[in-house]
Formats: sequence, structure tokens, C-alpha cells
Amino acid sequence: MAVTLSERAASHVANFMIKRGKGIGLRLGVRTSGCSGMAYKIEFADSAQADDVEFESHGVRVLIDPKSMPYLDGTELDYAREGLNEGFKFNNPNVKDACGCGESFNV
Amino acid sequence: MALLQIAEPGESAAPHEHRLAVGIDLGTTNSLVATVRSGLAVVLRDELGRPLLPSVVRYHADGSVEAGYEAQAQQALDPRNTIGSVKRFMGRGVTDIANREAMPYVFEDSPGMLRLQTVAGVKSPVEVSADILRALRLRAEAALGGPLVGAVITVPAYFDEAQRQATKDAAKLAGLPVLRLLNEPTAAAIAYGLDNAAEGVYAVYDLGGGTFDISILRLSRGIFEVLATGGDSALGGDDFDHRIFCWIIEAADLKPLSVEDASMLLARAREAKEYLTVHGAAAISARLSSGERVDLQLTTAIFAEISQTLVAKTIQPVKKALRDAGLSVSDIKGVVMVGGATRMAQVQRAVGEFFRQDPLNNLDPDKVVAIGAATQANLLAGNRAGGDDWLLLDVIPLSLGLETMGGLVEKIIPRNSTIPTARAQEFTTFRDGQTALAIHVVQGERELVSDCRSLARFELRGIPPMVAGSARIRVAFQVDADGLLAVSAREQASGVEASIVVKPSYGLSDDEIAGMLKDSMAHVKDDAQQRALKESQVDAQRLLEAVRAALAADRELLAAAELARVEEDIVKLESAALADNRRQIMLAMDDLEADTKDFAARRMDKSIRRAFAGRNIKELEVDSAASKSGETA
Repeated sequence: MAVTLSERAASHVANFMIKRGKGIGLRLGVRTSGCSGMAYKIEFADSAQADDVEFESHGVRVLIDPKSMPYLDGTELDYAREGLNEGFKFNNPNVKDACGCGESFNV
Repeated sequence: MALLQIAEPGESAAPHEHRLAVGIDLGTTNSLVATVRSGLAVVLRDELGRPLLPSVVRYHADGSVEAGYEAQAQQALDPRNTIGSVKRFMGRGVTDIANREAMPYVFEDSPGMLRLQTVAGVKSPVEVSADILRALRLRAEAALGGPLVGAVITVPAYFDEAQRQATKDAAKLAGLPVLRLLNEPTAAAIAYGLDNAAEGVYAVYDLGGGTFDISILRLSRGIFEVLATGGDSALGGDDFDHRIFCWIIEAADLKPLSVEDASMLLARAREAKEYLTVHGAAAISARLSSGERVDLQLTTAIFAEISQTLVAKTIQPVKKALRDAGLSVSDIKGVVMVGGATRMAQVQRAVGEFFRQDPLNNLDPDKVVAIGAATQANLLAGNRAGGDDWLLLDVIPLSLGLETMGGLVEKIIPRNSTIPTARAQEFTTFRDGQTALAIHVVQGERELVSDCRSLARFELRGIPPMVAGSARIRVAFQVDADGLLAVSAREQASGVEASIVVKPSYGLSDDEIAGMLKDSMAHVKDDAQQRALKESQVDAQRLLEAVRAALAADRELLAAAELARVEEDIVKLESAALADNRRQIMLAMDDLEADTKDFAARRMDKSIRRAFAGRNIKELEVDSAASKSGETA
């Protein structure tokens, strides 16, 4: 299994990285918080950790800390537009239920 | 499913704790809203993908309101109830508005700020601006998926207290918390990242649809200081359209046109102008209602030639602003281009030639102010990037002070002071037994109150009666981060206090500000003389008061001849003080002082005798220790 980016998500990440002017890739993770137990973390990565799990998807380097990996395995990160709003969306097969807004979830 | 944005390393917000903040460029013609998304400042577009919101609001009889393109489309049909360019009315009275007869609106004078009569009732410019801001807020909330923690709203650098307060009030009315008002040129400089650049002086050249502004900024230790501003409130891209329009009429030898033909040709002129920003020549073809055809070729060379005087008109204020700042072209480290009209090649060229460097123009000049505002909003909302702990400050555009005796201005906070700031000064009473002090807050650079703008008045009452000059009244001026002023006065001995938050009667036009700055330069000498005259008049009054009080108390100490001479001196000084001859006043004062010198000495002796009479040395020692600082009256 792996964590992947949709083509659209990858091109947005690449674009943001160019504009930002630095960084080696994208760091994804989960942490415990929020109304349904867990929350996603999506950040620019300026450095890799020794124990990071790494993937490459459409030319973007994806870094995930080993503790987060079980919760994210199989996830595809997409970039979506909903009305005027736009942003990244986790399509995560591990999620059992999420809070109304989807910002936090439970596995 | 929520849509997420990429955060800086280690800065992911907890769920439901994203702090959504926007930057708003509240423009005269168009407004924009921008935000920082995944580390990138972007302008938020509407459902149809349009970045701008025309700053036009239409009011309907049923109370409904339209803002933006819908309102703009109806402007010709319903001019009275469709308000455009409301920014020009913010914080102004009716008499401040030039050529208001030419406007389709029904103005109503009201204390503080003018009002506009519409079918939906009387609207203040603050309400109209609020309707524009509300439309932008709704757009932003739809785009960001939640309520905003706040907005940074930009205002022209020359906006005074009244105009800034009006802008803040409009935001409040629109349900938009204001994180900060930011000067437009400062926002543009931030968009170009100049705040992270080397320290130095930068020029911001802003040629919009109908207004031109030039600002000279100095960046030092992360603070942008506005050194000078200038411009022309009636010069912009529309004038270039009009030049092309006139050229079409001349080149095609057209007879007087119908209104429809004229507006059609004006639209063609604008298209040609926009086409020429990227092409060498533009074809202009149209069929008039008479059936006559227009087929012309406008080249960039011809366009440059016919618009030469317009471009030159923008360089004049630039030179003046540099002169006001005491700088020359070689001091300018960078030039930022703002406003759609700066896309024109001849404008770029003229600015480049004048400053002898290529202007910064790689950001969209229509969006650069909103982008800078969004960048700052992101920081102020607490979404700051690690390590970039910069603090951005603005400055006061015109000095703030108060009126002292004789109609003179005592400047408390000089112009270009960085804000927030607070300064205090001590004042005293002018007359014996004076129990109240009128405090008149003014703004401007001139020495006389009559040449400055009155901002507010209030009174400090309940000062305990004291000898003139012995009360100590501390007047404090405080300007918050948004440039809003609070003034307080406190009598130190009794603790009586009065204060006011300046919501001034109305503001100054940019022409007035430019004019006031110019006047202050031109009148430095005049003003100094005027000031000296006024000061001597005040001194004369003070001396007259003192002598009159002394005569009332101790007239018997003077011989008849002495008394006659003193009274003659008084009459002379009184008439001299009314005339405008400082020398006469000084001479008359010298006479009166000379003739009352002995009198003063005698009074002193008398009061000492009175104080000492019937007491022994021991009592006197105790007494003098107790009242060491006391005065002998």
C-alpha cells in the first residue's frame, strides 16, 4: 500500500512549492485532536526525518512519519473545488466516521 | 469533507481553528479581496471567475441592495440610486466635494459627513462602503469555508483621521472585524516583499482608473515610513481612453456624435488601449448609427504621442513628492507600479526613464495592493511564518496638535511619526482664576490654526482657581495602530480630566493635504513672522492682565504722576496689540515694563512686610519650610 497524490493535487503542490521558493516536498500526518479523535496534518517539508516513510507521486516527494502511516495507508490526496472554496482533500479508506465538517475523523 | 490548505512546517492548525483572514483593497472604482492559501497570497474570485468587484451599490425601493457588476450595469438607468466612487465621500462634508453639481446624486448635508438620498432612504457613505465590504466578506466566506477572524483594509496614505474612522465604521457595519488599516502604497511594497528587502527608499507609483498617487516610502528596521505623498485626484486610465476617443474623432473627421455613438467609441478606445499593452498596433473599427464607418489603425507610437501630456502630468507630482521628501532620483532604491493604467508601455517607459531604473511590475498591478493586505492579514491573524517576526508600522500623514493662545498651533505629534504612538505636553492657564480650558485639536503643518484642519474640540472644566501660569495641565495625544486619535487632558493637582476620541467633523481631500503641505513649505518664512507677531500679541495681553490686576490690588503704591504714566502705557500697548506690527508691540511692552518696575518692587516689599508683620523669627522658619515651593502673591 502507499499514499498517493492525484495528478491535480500534485500539480498544485508543485506550483505552491515554486512560489514558496524552498522545500523538499509535502509532509502528511495525523494527530489526535478535534471532535472525532484525529486530524490531518498537511505541511510543506523543508527536511526529511531519518524514520520518515517516503513516497513519490507525480514528481512530488511525500513524507510521512511512521506513527501516522497506519492511519493514512491507502490514502489518495486530491485537490477539489467546491463552489468558491478550493483545497486539498484526503480520500482515506481507513476512516470509519468523520465529524460534520470532515476536519477530524476516527479509524 | 473539509478542503485543507498546506501549512508551514510545524504550523498546522488544530481542526476548526484555522484563522481565516483576508486583505481588502477598498478602491474608488473597484474593490478586491485576497487571502493567503497554502502560503500563497491569492485574490478571491466570484462565481464567474472575476477578481474585481466594482465599487458600485444600487438601492431598491423595497430595501434590497445590489453591489458590484449588477449595480454597475444599472448605473445609467438608475443613476440617483446607484452609488459609485463612494470612497471620495468618506468622512467628507457636502462642501468638500468638488463639482458635485455634475453628479447624479441627491446630497444632504449633515453634521460630520454628507448623506445621499435614495429610494431606500438616506444613506451615509459609511453604509454604502459597508455594502461593498459585505459583498466581499460573503465572497471570502464562501471561498474559505468559514467566518473570518478579520480583515486588513487598505486606505490611501493621505487619508486623515475622519476618513480612516469612516472606513473602520463601514467594516464594523459589514460585520467585518478590522485587524488593521494599512496604507495602500505600504501594502504594494509588502506584496513585492520589500519589507524583507534591504533598507532604503522606495517609490510607489499608483495610476488607477481615475486617480493618481505617488508615495515615497522609507523602509528602516522593518518599518515603512511615508516620507511624502502627492498625486492628482482627477487623473487616471480613463483620461487615456478619452485621448484615444478624441484622436478617433479627429482622425476619422467625425461630426458631433450621439450619446450612444460616443459611448460606443469610448468603449472601442478602451479596448484599443488594453490591446496596445501587449501589441504594437490596434485596429479600431466601428459603425456609427448614421451608417458611417470608422476604420483606423492606432500604433503604440501614435498612442504615446497623443498621451504624452498625460504621462508628463504624472511626473510633476513625482518630482514634487521627491522634493518634499528632500530626496533626489538617485536615492530611490526601487519603484513599485500599482494600478491597471501602469500596464501602458509609455507609462512604464516614462517612469523607468525618470527614475533611471526598471520599475517592479511582475505582479498584477490591479491586485498588488490586495495581495499585500492579505499577506499582512495572515500575519496579524496569527498565522505567521516561523522566524519572520516582523512588525509593520505606519505613520501619521499630517502633524497633530492643538490650539494655543493667539490662534497658534502647538504640534504634539509631528507628521511621519510611526504609529502607534503617544505623546504628552504640559500646558497652563492664561488668566488668574481660570477654571476651564478649551482644547482644540487640529491637523496640519502650518503655524496658525486658521490654516490647519480642525479635528475636534472639548473642554477641561473644574480646574481649581489658581494664579495664571501655575496650573499644570497635561494633554496627551494617543494614536492607535489604525491611525485613530484619542486626546486627553488632566489637571495634575486636582486630577480633573477630560478626553475625546477624535471622530472629526470631516476630513481633508487629497488636494487639500497636498495643498497644505505645499503651503507649509511656501509659507515657512511668513509663518515664522506670523508666529512671532502672534506670540508678542499674547505676551502683550499677558502683561496687560498682570498690570491691571496689580493696579486693582495696590493702586495706592503709585504716585499720581506714576499712575498716569502707567495708564498711558497701558492704552498704548492695548492699541499696539490690536495692530499687526510686532515692533510697536515690543516697544510698548518695554515702556510699560520700565514704568512698572518700581511699582513691582514696592508691591513685593509690601507683601513681604505683610507676611512678616507681627511674627517672630521662629514662626517664620517653620512657615517657610512648609511652603518652600509656594509663591508670594
